[in-house]
Amino acid sequence: MSKEFVCIVCPNSCRLTVSEKDDEITVTGNDCKRGIDHGISEYKNPLRMITSTVAILGGTLPRLPVIGTGEIPKTRMNDCLDEIYGVSVSAPIKRGEIIIQNIKDTGVDIVASRSMNKKER
Amino acid sequence: MISVKADIVVIGGGPAGLAAALKARQLGAEKVILIERDTELGGILQQCIHDGFGIHRFGKRLSGTEYAQEFIDQTERSDIEIKLDTIVLDVTPDRMIYACNSLEGMFEIQAGAIILAMGCRERTASQVLIYGDRPTGVLTAGAVQRYINMEGYLPGSRAVILGSGDIGLIMARRMTLEGISVLGVYEAMDKPGGLTRNLVQCLDDFDIPLHLATTVTKVHGHERVEAVTIAKLDKNRKPILETQERIECDLLVLAVGLIPENELSRNAGIEIDPATKGPVLDNTFMTSVPGIFAAGNVAVVFDLVDYVSLSGEIAAQGAMDFLNGKIDCDEPYQKVETGENVSFIVPQRVRPSANKTTFFMRVKSSEKTALLECTADGESVLEKRCRYIAPPEMLTFDLSCCGSKPLEVSMKKEEKL
Repeated sequence: MSKEFVCIVCPNSCRLTVSEKDDEITVTGNDCKRGIDHGISEYKNPLRMITSTVAILGGTLPRLPVIGTGEIPKTRMNDCLDEIYGVSVSAPIKRGEIIIQNIKDTGVDIVASRSMNKKER
Repeated sequence: MISVKADIVVIGGGPAGLAAALKARQLGAEKVILIERDTELGGILQQCIHDGFGIHRFGKRLSGTEYAQEFIDQTERSDIEIKLDTIVLDVTPDRMIYACNSLEGMFEIQAGAIILAMGCRERTASQVLIYGDRPTGVLTAGAVQRYINMEGYLPGSRAVILGSGDIGLIMARRMTLEGISVLGVYEAMDKPGGLTRNLVQCLDDFDIPLHLATTVTKVHGHERVEAVTIAKLDKNRKPILETQERIECDLLVLAVGLIPENELSRNAGIEIDPATKGPVLDNTFMTSVPGIFAAGNVAVVFDLVDYVSLSGEIAAQGAMDFLNGKIDCDEPYQKVETGENVSFIVPQRVRPSANKTTFFMRVKSSEKTALLECTADGESVLEKRCRYIAPPEMLTFDLSCCGSKPLEVSMKKEEKL
């Protein structure tokens, strides 16, 4: 089996071909070594940063932006977003406050990516 | 009318203005006033919830909001006077600022030096010659971003995006994750405008098609957008009528470029460079009006916020030098010319006595390997080998001494290094 990817490690944008045969993975089309690691990672378990928003009550705005403390598997993205969409927090919030701990057992926490004060009446 | 004095007044509380105000205070300006028209600091970063900001400055990929928070926290801890929800009405060449807000009414500030940091605006439908009806549902990418990420509204359910710059690509992903069906990204040019990273992670990841050399020619719908007509473009960028196609959608997202916002600058009589659409700057980032400086996207549209902050700090240093009488405004300028494959360069002119000067530039066309060369009266003063240069990626370099000869910067194609 083989898959093709565009390498995003540097602006060269190498066209990588990752092939698997007898449990051995080979990467071709890469100009440098970093392309091999990237190709294997994209083939085996592509990771993506997760960023979204949660509802916030009493804040200066209705939505609070959140970010993962690390990347999560691409295949878990929708799963994790579903949980994030169900969350509602109350102002005030400080940047870095944990909103969801160890989301969907990925080992990644979802934290506030900004501070938000209470809305003045 | 209230009348106050300040050493340095910064207009705009986005990344450029925050960095400029903080740097000016650090350099010893006693009274620094930061004016922001929104109800909070941070500027456009507050709606950029995606990551990728601050790699140069912080060595990690922050979200736009995290990047802004770093500077906001520092500013709020300082004694910089922050005026939110305040609009500047006029800036005069003798550095008087007229502004107003709902608490103080109209007031004037006599500034020792001014740093303009008003950012930029998005191009709108009429600026890209889209004809047809004018229903609800034609929005700029920035407006959609603000609605979704800050206000919590979904402005449509089936979207077409015009423009493949990074903002268009980021919004393709963002809308998809929020459940809006993104039917395609259309790009009038024959090359994508954004970075490969974003093409991969924002379009390929979600199987969103990118149509090059294709544009939106018409908007249909009375109350609400019902459809758009798209057409392929020929070599002269004229729509090919036979290729016209109607696409049913309720949202047209425009990501068709940014223009520095220079109404205040023009009123102050500041000279504008047609290439950058921002003020003509010198090595201290001073405009053509002595004592008025510019930083960030009001000067030239940057692609990295790290460089925006850097430009704010350069302007702050310049403003302090001006306050301290260290700038000889009578010293004649040397022009910095753009040579082969350079679309613009900032600063556009330098004083011979300038110390280290940081330049920002873009190329016209992509090359795998190229030689950046700066010449003074034909003689080479700086050479730098560059790899993978492309128009979407701004380049920067330092020149330790500008000298008294006219400079020219070029980017020459080189065969494999």
